[in-house]
Amino acid sequence: MFPKPIEKSSAGVRTAYKAMLPVALLIWLMPLLAIMVFSVKPGADFTTGNYWGIPSSFNLFENYGKVFFESDMPRYLLNSLLITVPTVIGCMILSAMTGFALGIYRFRSNLWIFFMFVAGNFVPFQILMVPVRDLTLDMGLYNTIAGLVLFHVAFQTGFCTLFMRNFIRALPFPLIEAARVEGVAEWRIFLYVVLPLMKPALAAMAVLIFTFIWNDFFWAIVLTQGVETQPVTAGITSFNAQYRAAYHLMSAGSIVAALPPVLMFFLMQKHFIAGLTLGAVK
Amino acid sequence: MKPKKKKNTKTLKGRYSMRSILKATVASLGLLSLATTGALADAHGEKLTGTLKISSDMSNPAPRAVMEGMVERFGEMHPDLDIELTVTDREAWKTQIRNVLSANPPDVANWYAANRMRPYVDAGLFMDISDVWEDESMEALASTKGAMTLDGKQWGVPYTYYQWGVYYRKDIYEELGLEEPKTFEEMKANCQKILDAGKKCYTIGTKFLWTAGGWFDYLNMRTNGYQFHADLMAGKHDWDSPEVRQTFANWRELLDMGAFIDNHTSYSWQESLPFLVSGDAAAILKGNFAVAPLREAGLDDDKLDFYQFPAIDEDIELAEDAPTDTFHIPAGAENPEAAKAFLRFVVSADNQTLINNGDNLGQLPVNANSSVDDDKFLKEGFEMLSSNSPGGVAQFFDRDAPAEMAKVGMEGLQEFMVKPDNLDKILARLDKAAKRIYDK
Amino acid sequence: MTNPVAVPQTTAERPRSWYKRNEIALTPWLFLIPGVLFFLVYVIFPIFQSISISFTEWDGLGQAEPVGLENYRELFDDDAFYTSLRNNIIWLFLYLLAIPAGLFIALFLNQTVFGIRLYKSLFFFPFVISQVVVGLVFSWFYDPTFGLFNEIIGWFGLGPVNVLGDERYVTYGIIAAGIWPQTAYCMILYLTGLNAVDPEQVEAARLDGAKGWRMLWYVIIPQLKPATFIAFVVTIIGALRSFDLISIMTNGGPFGESRVLSFYMFEVALSEYGFRMGYGAAIAVILFLIMMIFITYFLWSMYREERGR
Repeated sequence: MFPKPIEKSSAGVRTAYKAMLPVALLIWLMPLLAIMVFSVKPGADFTTGNYWGIPSSFNLFENYGKVFFESDMPRYLLNSLLITVPTVIGCMILSAMTGFALGIYRFRSNLWIFFMFVAGNFVPFQILMVPVRDLTLDMGLYNTIAGLVLFHVAFQTGFCTLFMRNFIRALPFPLIEAARVEGVAEWRIFLYVVLPLMKPALAAMAVLIFTFIWNDFFWAIVLTQGVETQPVTAGITSFNAQYRAAYHLMSAGSIVAALPPVLMFFLMQKHFIAGLTLGAVK
Repeated sequence: MKPKKKKNTKTLKGRYSMRSILKATVASLGLLSLATTGALADAHGEKLTGTLKISSDMSNPAPRAVMEGMVERFGEMHPDLDIELTVTDREAWKTQIRNVLSANPPDVANWYAANRMRPYVDAGLFMDISDVWEDESMEALASTKGAMTLDGKQWGVPYTYYQWGVYYRKDIYEELGLEEPKTFEEMKANCQKILDAGKKCYTIGTKFLWTAGGWFDYLNMRTNGYQFHADLMAGKHDWDSPEVRQTFANWRELLDMGAFIDNHTSYSWQESLPFLVSGDAAAILKGNFAVAPLREAGLDDDKLDFYQFPAIDEDIELAEDAPTDTFHIPAGAENPEAAKAFLRFVVSADNQTLINNGDNLGQLPVNANSSVDDDKFLKEGFEMLSSNSPGGVAQFFDRDAPAEMAKVGMEGLQEFMVKPDNLDKILARLDKAAKRIYDK
Repeated sequence: MTNPVAVPQTTAERPRSWYKRNEIALTPWLFLIPGVLFFLVYVIFPIFQSISISFTEWDGLGQAEPVGLENYRELFDDDAFYTSLRNNIIWLFLYLLAIPAGLFIALFLNQTVFGIRLYKSLFFFPFVISQVVVGLVFSWFYDPTFGLFNEIIGWFGLGPVNVLGDERYVTYGIIAAGIWPQTAYCMILYLTGLNAVDPEQVEAARLDGAKGWRMLWYVIIPQLKPATFIAFVVTIIGALRSFDLISIMTNGGPFGESRVLSFYMFEVALSEYGFRMGYGAAIAVILFLIMMIFITYFLWSMYREERGR
């Protein structure tokens, strides 16, 4: 193990290390802690210049109450959910299939199709912006949740295919050969042999895609506008306009907007990290 | 997946003022309110049906309440009409409008008068509503007709305009023994005393650029007169000219004194107000819309006062900025009949009196038959514009110049405020941009 | 073509249908069709469409008017383009600092004391926060009046510095905000990598007297190569995609000094002042070409690896 395990060091070093951990964490999360403090302050503290002192009153419920009951935030959160969940499902279906095709079968263009997905996944959004916006307009899907979902599904299929294909490659191939020898149809191999084995990968991918899509801002402002369709990342700017210079409410709003993926992460931590680090080890 | 048609009448009660989406279907109230609201007697009596989609940029608290109030009252008059109101952040709207008009046009949209309409008129995105202006009742709006006219046609209606000028802390001026300045010399002398007292003369937030345009407008109109300014905005003068350089030289005097608050590039105009409220800065050059939030923050009429931007050159007639905010009907509107009725409602004398009073927008009505609210700032502003602005009335930097030029220009102004030594570079850049933009 | 779902499972004994005979060759294509179709329509074709739009002048509404290389000619004479390009390069290089920073934190946290798992998660979680919120958080952090940043440098007698309003610091300020979550990402890659470091090799090296930096450099880092490769890929992509932070924190300002190509492109093509789709597309093409250098390198690395299998 590297670096040297701390247990093998002297008691002094051990204590110092344990003391340093919370300090380091505090520094690391400082910008975030700052807005958490802001979000429970009363507005009066900002006009009186009491930015960093003890809050003159504890306004947690009042501030967050405003966010939830007196703004469009709940609607934006709902939109985010309506965009994110179908995207995740769509990506899982498409990429399970493409990953299966590219991971199991050997045919001449296999690698090229795979590379197309990988390369496409890396392109800058801006090169797609004008044509995708046009396409969405032509289909009458501009400013609809469906329009945004379709694009996200298509684009994320690139990443998901990479992910799935590499995972399927690592599955024991003899399993599939055994099934073929039994005369099992290929689509049944997919459904009953490979798919169950893909469960952990699908879970990991779902959590990742959820986070990616939830946090998308660029496509939200390119393809949607207004409170009926925009997800929370885009809605937060309208929210902030409503409460400009009311830092306690903007802080509370930001925290609310950031929370769902954070919760997702803490609940599904194992899958999340497994997904992110796939390929980091060989 | 279109969740649009869903009725949402509940929001009308209680918390509607915070909602940005209102579907005002107030059928039960309809008859009753029609009887009480005389304002729309001239609404041609037509029965409006279908959906009226309104995209508004009136996102600050006071304007937002006004917009929602108008929707509510109009909805009461036309019970069979569904009104969908979407309020977008005012700064964000500037970047979204084009997208919205071309991709998903509402029936009514907010914008600004004069040259700022030009790109959308040229692109065929605004509807020609000259027929609305032919109506007799529109004669009361004659003074604003010019600002709504391009290529001999009218492209929208105004709903408000407001004076610009210097809003200052009366109590601080009194404390320091200062008078409202009448000349640039006095203005600078005042400023020096304010600086000596450890305060800044002017607060400003240039993050969204346009506030710097206000300063340039006034300095340039006072230095070179209205006509030169108008011609410069229309691309008929070079930026790198002795006249414009003189304007910047005057500005530079203020900059070198340290008249403006530090770090203004980080603030929006709203975020620059607290400096005035706390007394760290003594004044702000701004439109009358600043009064509402300043009052809200606790500056009553004993503490806040107004003066006209002083003369720089005695021989040059005073001219003012008085921007007009507008409503338009996008070319792709699906319910133009209802949209036109809404526009007529907006400019009607009663509605104009109501929405522009001191409790609402706190601005000036566009209809000559309306009354200006009995509010110190409104009265002063109205008088200034009608009797003490002989040179002319400009819209505003970003409404008089073409949009692209305004963007490059205001970026240059912001840069000048921070790095006045870059003036040569800035002027050269503006002339280069102007060449491309105006020659098109 | 027969729908595979319709094939009864007992076909094995019957005379084999055309589909059945070619099943292994056909199945992958059937499985690929939906995904590939989607991807072609939304990703691959648009790239070529953008390239062709970049040779036209188009306001997004009427007819696109071909202008040849005019957009590119204008681009190369556009100060804002060079500012954006310069900032893109600064972004690329400084963003890479997230990799050593992530490694450093990973080494710091790679222990087994009580509660370390929680520490690791808390160090990591900035990564899952949207860039929009990170941008807001950092713009308040940097605020010249009440920001914690100035408060802190004030303790050392420095400042106040108007990070986001000063053209000298603004890009660095935004990059610092971007590096924060990116470092967390690199950290988690390295933590996983460190877990898989071969303990025998480490022990062997220890016996040979290697420790500290030498151990890290000659024994550990070579073993972390897969993690480093991924960290490199995601960091480069992240750097070139920097849009959200700039849009939220400065809107490109002050006076356009914090623009990068991705932001400038959006400004030109979709903002009030723009709708110059052709010009915007030209900027996007340049950005794409820069990205293409890296994409080619990644694909080439992957290709070699595939061959190696």
